[in-house]
Amino acid sequence: MDTKVGVYICSGCDIAKAIDVESLAEKTKSETNVPVCKVNEFLCGEKAIAEIKEDIKNEELNRVVIAACSQRVKTNEFNFEDTPEVLVERTNIREHCAWVQKPEDEDTQMMAEDYLRMGVSRAQHAAPPEANIEEISKTIMVVGGGTSGLNSALQAADAGYDVILVEKEEELGGWARKFKKTFPLNPPYRELEDSGYQELVQKVNDHDKIKVYTSTTIKKSKGQPGQLDVTLQNGGAPEDIRVGSIVMATGWKPYDPEKLGYLGYGKCENVVTNVQMEEMAMKDDFKRPSDGKEPESIAFIQCAGSRDKDHLPYCSTVCCRVSLKQAMYLREKYPNAKIFIIYKDIRTPAQFEMFYARVQEDENIFFTKGEVVEVAEDSDKGVLIDVDETLLGEKIQVKADMLVLASGMVPTTRVEGAVGFLDEGGEAFGPPKTADGDKPEEKAEEPEEGEKKAAAGAEKGAKILNLSYRQGTDLPTLKYGFPDSHYICFPYETRRTAIYAAGCVRAPMDSYQAQHDASGAALKAIQAMEALSVGKAVHPRAGDLSFPDFFLQRCTQCKRCTEECPFGSLDEDDKGTPKPNFFRCRRCGICLGSCPERIISFKNYSVPIGSHMIRSIEIPEEIEEKPRVLVFICENDALPSFDIAGLKRLQYSPYIRLIPVRCLGALNTVWIADALSAGFDGILLIGCKPGENYQCHFVRGSQLAEYRMGNVKEKLKQLVLEEERVRIEHLALTDYDKIPGIIEDFMEEIDTVGPNPYKDF
Amino acid sequence: MANQQTGSDPLSADLLIVGGGISGITAAVEAAEAGKTVVLIEKEPYLGGRVAQMFHYFPKLCPPSCGLEINFRRIKDNRKIHYYTLSEVENVSGEAGNFEVTVKKNPRYVNENCTACGLCEPAVTAERDSDFDFGMKKTKAIYLPHEMAFPLRYVIDMSAVKDKSELKGAVDACPYEAIDLDEEPQSLKFHVAGVVWATGWKPYDAEKIENLNFGKYPNIITNMMMERIGAPNGPTEGKILRPSDQKEVKSVAFVQCAGSRDENHLPYCSGICCMASLKQATYVREQYEDSQVHIFFIDARTPGRLEDFYQKRQEDENIKIYRGKVAEITEVGDGNLKVKAENTVTGEMTEVEVEMVVLATGMVPNVADNPPANITLDDYGFMAPANDSTGIVGAGVTMRPQDVAASVQDGTGAVLKSLIAAARR
Repeated sequence: MDTKVGVYICSGCDIAKAIDVESLAEKTKSETNVPVCKVNEFLCGEKAIAEIKEDIKNEELNRVVIAACSQRVKTNEFNFEDTPEVLVERTNIREHCAWVQKPEDEDTQMMAEDYLRMGVSRAQHAAPPEANIEEISKTIMVVGGGTSGLNSALQAADAGYDVILVEKEEELGGWARKFKKTFPLNPPYRELEDSGYQELVQKVNDHDKIKVYTSTTIKKSKGQPGQLDVTLQNGGAPEDIRVGSIVMATGWKPYDPEKLGYLGYGKCENVVTNVQMEEMAMKDDFKRPSDGKEPESIAFIQCAGSRDKDHLPYCSTVCCRVSLKQAMYLREKYPNAKIFIIYKDIRTPAQFEMFYARVQEDENIFFTKGEVVEVAEDSDKGVLIDVDETLLGEKIQVKADMLVLASGMVPTTRVEGAVGFLDEGGEAFGPPKTADGDKPEEKAEEPEEGEKKAAAGAEKGAKILNLSYRQGTDLPTLKYGFPDSHYICFPYETRRTAIYAAGCVRAPMDSYQAQHDASGAALKAIQAMEALSVGKAVHPRAGDLSFPDFFLQRCTQCKRCTEECPFGSLDEDDKGTPKPNFFRCRRCGICLGSCPERIISFKNYSVPIGSHMIRSIEIPEEIEEKPRVLVFICENDALPSFDIAGLKRLQYSPYIRLIPVRCLGALNTVWIADALSAGFDGILLIGCKPGENYQCHFVRGSQLAEYRMGNVKEKLKQLVLEEERVRIEHLALTDYDKIPGIIEDFMEEIDTVGPNPYKDF
Repeated sequence: MANQQTGSDPLSADLLIVGGGISGITAAVEAAEAGKTVVLIEKEPYLGGRVAQMFHYFPKLCPPSCGLEINFRRIKDNRKIHYYTLSEVENVSGEAGNFEVTVKKNPRYVNENCTACGLCEPAVTAERDSDFDFGMKKTKAIYLPHEMAFPLRYVIDMSAVKDKSELKGAVDACPYEAIDLDEEPQSLKFHVAGVVWATGWKPYDAEKIENLNFGKYPNIITNMMMERIGAPNGPTEGKILRPSDQKEVKSVAFVQCAGSRDENHLPYCSGICCMASLKQATYVREQYEDSQVHIFFIDARTPGRLEDFYQKRQEDENIKIYRGKVAEITEVGDGNLKVKAENTVTGEMTEVEVEMVVLATGMVPNVADNPPANITLDDYGFMAPANDSTGIVGAGVTMRPQDVAASVQDGTGAVLKSLIAAARR
């Protein structure tokens, strides 16, 4: 379709003080031949907006370039939603030019002219996205019938959605079924409570929108969100169902007590775990294992296996409260019994402090802070516990009839011996394996006919969901086996679209938090299906209608895209040709960045669009001594940071030109080659922090950019160009004050290296 | 995005969310992205709440503005969210499925024409203490709440001038007729099916803890003040300098449970202060290589994976950890302070002299100030969990002291609970 571009240049906000806007308009008009090019002193004002709308109608414009402020502000004003066929390009000559450059300077004018050329070029080569809409299922599958799963299932059903609840055990209820009481969740937070799980199970079983499958596991989950074909296995013939999204609430398992030998487990007869103590409480029988004697003294050792680098380095969060609860069971049963709780720190957050205070009121419960040195058994099977580093500064020995080990929680997603996503030595975060690289050693189970083998190795997964995804069967995990997510700001985001983790599988938590977490995960599962049903992306590009198009005739089956997608959205056929699954896609563009053949494009973001923008920039001849540096900035954090630098009027070199990208990972290295052959002297990439505390919104994008840089430097060598010409910088949103320094430093480097020798060709 | 600041007819929506902090923002975007219409009410002139004041989040040590930026983008891109700043809920009547909410919208005196160009600011001389910076910085009477504020629009603090004429310069300087000094408060009415209460918290008033002498000695500050001191857009532009003489701070004591876990103040544990202090210890340690940090804990509470962060700080020889409750802080000359702590078991006293003290003050729930009718609060002012069926669902620190991740979970879940309660009627 022919593009008809209208260009609107704002002269307000001091833009006209820095830039000769009339001359800018003249130049833009004569160079680009756009049918409409106007200047307005208050472009975001009602009058100007009305005029643009008139022009769209009368001049039949289908592209509008707003050369004014940042795309982050005045979004409402410049949203021409009544005419969705019109693509709006925001060219920032305020924060990124007029506010940060010398007023009325030749270089400032040249910068503004280039930004206009780039904006018009993008408008001419991009098109508004059209949604991909397909028939989808709006049934939610909840995996796990414990506290989290039951709550998720019930609430999703109450909200009007069909739910399939899958539980591997015979009965619903999870751990709550095996616990006598729960610690207090309601005011005044002093007395033990019933978990109320029977009522919850009843409601779930009776609900006409919930179908419950007990004694059932998942054999396979094929397809993509909205169209997930799940095969359930429950003894008889496998059953096929179709679901739209998944809540994974498979919970936790106790830390293997066999590993707690150093605390007497398996060595002293009267040492039990807190899970065994609950079993005793359920039977109301606390007689000690060795001789059936009613215990008169019971000790608890906290952090048994938790907060220990040789076992579980994390805190299991609930064990302090569990021991306080179990101490109350025992004190109720035995009015004269003495309880000793040996701890490092008592962790009873929030109102649970009241429960701790309540237990402390009991004069027969003694709290000892210290490190356990040794656990031994005396001649009458009593347990002797040596404790050091107490608050009293001396060693003490506690003798008890029985010892309870407050052992911790392990997520069901943790695979013993497997290396997690970010565990030490984990390779998943390093360079991805390419087709000609090392093959992963371990292979997943044999695939069905015509299907590509799932990726094995570091992310082999716990085989719970059994996804037939090229990148593995389950949710990729973080450290310690918890599913990966942006766990502070966006805790529900997993790396598998429309599959949300809830409850203790995600982090150790109490039943209060698990209930709340379950509600949130259920909402996310609903939300994902609603978004997909109208072709919209889910977080973080929520609402985006664009999706990647693969021109497969030119694909060389290098598999980079299928391996590098952080969300596992691409499968492969036998030859290694990518098979896109748009409903798994998060629209980050990392596949576009990965493709050496440049066959992956979004309608409004593609390799050709970027290349056209780069080529639209005027490169002064060497003799003019005006170097040019192309700066690719991540639009998530670096772009806002540049905006704030503008707001603060921080000044920097007029020789740079900014191009926003969806993510540094969505930067195709062809653009670097284009820029160098066009005569740019240097290229700067500014993105988010990679690594363990990654800030990349697409998890791996900035990491991949680092990795690809290696290849770029290789290429530079081949071209006999200095590798200093390309540099990556990390910038947090709040680092706006560092921007002038970063640019200055790179300009100095380029000055040292000298002009690009290809410049005047 | 829609920001309807006027209109006489009651606006109907699925949900009304009270509080535009991280819990409320989350509830709003999650509901809107699930297809629901949302009204978001915030009393400050900007969205973001407490987290907008923070320098870094634990444990990633990343800026909260990064997550806020994404959330603001989600708000801008979504026409189902109607947000109102400088607005407060005055009354909630009705029941789940059919609430009528009255909101008072206070004047901003700056309308949507504002482009944040800043031409008005130099035209005004009157100043005010920045509440955003806990009074450690001054702004003009017309000011931008902060660089990353959303909406990015100026606001006038009328209490900072004796007469409106002092602001005339700003009116004249604005090319866009964005300033209206005669704007009046408005009363707005909303019909909604469900309400999410996410009004968050305020720091416990440290002056009430008499033995710790906050307010008496300038170099005793609170943990929230420390966030501003660490922030690049704060009063010291991110340089950690102490209030009395703007000197670089080479030794800092963190006093945990300042008011929390104390029957005379806040009997509960505020849940986040241990991590907050460990995080702030890194602000000091990263800025000054030779600095010394002393942390006084009763118990170090770093649940789940946050334990890693605690372990890492323990590896730093310049971070000393003491067990015990701080009994007294006194000034010893030069603005330095002596911190006396008592070992709770032995009664033994420890003394440390430092250049600045940070009190890890706890969280006080705002919901208790003006709770909606029919809602039960616990003895400490938190909304008890049993309220969900009323259709007014609490989220975030309205429910219990907790961190950002838990508040985000809460905010997301509260949406569903509120919608279900509404649907049941």
